[in-house]
Amino acid sequence: MTAMLRMAEGLGRGVVRGADEVGFAAALFVESLFWALLGPARRQPVRLPAVFAQMMQIGLEALPIATVLAATIGMMLAIQSLYSLGLFGAEHFATVGIGLSVVREFAPLIIGILIAGRSGSALAARFSTMMINQEVDALRVIGISPVRFLVAPALIAMMIMVPALTMWAVLVALTAAGLLVTAALEISLGAYFADLISVLSVNDLTHGLGKSVLFAALIALVSAVNGALADGGAEGVGRRTTRAVVHSIAAIIMVDMIFAFVVTSG
Amino acid sequence: MTAQASQPTSAQEPAAVSSAEPVIRVEGLQAFYGTQQVLFDIDLTVRPGEIMVVMGGSGSGKSTLLRHLVGLSRPAAGRIELLGLDITRARSLEMLALRRKIGVAFQGGALFSSMNVLDNIMLPLREHARLDRKTMEIMARLKLEVVNLAGADALMPSELSGGMLKRAAVARAIIMDPTLLFFDEPSAGLDPTVSSALDDLILKLREAMNMTMVVVTHELESAFKIADRITILDQGRILLVDDVAGVRRSDNPRIQNLLNRRSEETEVDAQSYLQRLTGEMPPPPAATNETPEAS
Repeated sequence: MTAMLRMAEGLGRGVVRGADEVGFAAALFVESLFWALLGPARRQPVRLPAVFAQMMQIGLEALPIATVLAATIGMMLAIQSLYSLGLFGAEHFATVGIGLSVVREFAPLIIGILIAGRSGSALAARFSTMMINQEVDALRVIGISPVRFLVAPALIAMMIMVPALTMWAVLVALTAAGLLVTAALEISLGAYFADLISVLSVNDLTHGLGKSVLFAALIALVSAVNGALADGGAEGVGRRTTRAVVHSIAAIIMVDMIFAFVVTSG
Repeated sequence: MTAQASQPTSAQEPAAVSSAEPVIRVEGLQAFYGTQQVLFDIDLTVRPGEIMVVMGGSGSGKSTLLRHLVGLSRPAAGRIELLGLDITRARSLEMLALRRKIGVAFQGGALFSSMNVLDNIMLPLREHARLDRKTMEIMARLKLEVVNLAGADALMPSELSGGMLKRAAVARAIIMDPTLLFFDEPSAGLDPTVSSALDDLILKLREAMNMTMVVVTHELESAFKIADRITILDQGRILLVDDVAGVRRSDNPRIQNLLNRRSEETEVDAQSYLQRLTGEMPPPPAATNETPEAS
């Protein structure tokens, strides 16, 4: 009975803590939006150099690994599609499956997970270290909002670069898949892309890119929340960084499912 | 157990200390960490041009008091007035204006690790003053001269020694020529020579810029050297506010223990000791206050 009570108590505390963190993330989002829109009027703008620096880190520096991952996923999808559809003699439909799954699902998901692991962890570690070293306190006593100075640039950069990387991943994955499909079906690359264009609609592209914007916001906010709650020295930084990555990836996958359900059921 | 800080005046009080309206006035301040109370009805006033040292052992609440004074924590009850503004009720724009008039030098420096020393010092100017970069650089280098760190402008914080970090933090704290300057443990972790040099710097700054300073420390030698008055905190309560001579004269056993570096061991009977070992009894009060923030 005591164990049951303890379990229920633990569960209750977890739910309250979770709700608290979701509320904190929402407040960070609204405050970032406030600084981005009204900061210049109050002579406290979100600094563009900070946004560009974050864009470099999140986007350009991730380009090589994003390219490799996208190409691999594209080829893997091509191999599996050609094999499974080949069982029914329907290999020529491979282009449809590859096109739709890359644009609507794989590109945003892979880039989301990649950026959560790469940039989300870096952001969480940076925010945690700054909290523990009292750098965030220093910002506050100087009269600088930590949200404007730290969170807003990361959020803006993330919401620009994750969709941009997703777009790039779509191009790379489809081209890599095309190399295998054209060889297997003995068609030209031009014919393959013509097939893709006839299959894909603008709606598919906005579906994928819309999701990637959501993933970007999730990664930035989850990392910021974890960083802001850091305590306990170097161990605390490690713990918060791991938590930020795990929570970001879990949130991405769950939101992906919810987004797909809501959009396709309408 | 509170003490009014506008109490005995120091025989060695410098001419700079004025008897005008206090620049800091704290009334009935209470603070908690979770359910644990760490500050109890603190009343304190600091006069213009004064160096007020806040002393106490670990867990006495001195750093918590400092966090409240600089507006980093909100009190559970009470009033904190800085330069005439009640910071417990101030609006964000009022706080912003106030923040331009105060400087804080943190214990570990709290320099931004992604910026070099010059950029760290210029940051408050970049945010609050509309000056061109060249002018800001000159102003920042002037402050580096004041804290004897000339030539260190291009160094990253990770390349600085403990003493240099603290001096760079002071340079950043004074870049806006504040009226009020707060120091958190300026001598902690420094060798005696560097620590003494920092004390000299604090005195020099007061003399040159006529700032009011609040210095939180547990270093006796440093406190006696720089203080006009000393506030002694113990377990979240003010034990005494007096000048250096008054503190030395005090016959309060806890103050004498602090001055003579004697540890306070409470008598525990065998039964209570056993209960403590088995976890059935909470540790003694001095240890329960020992939270990182409350030190």
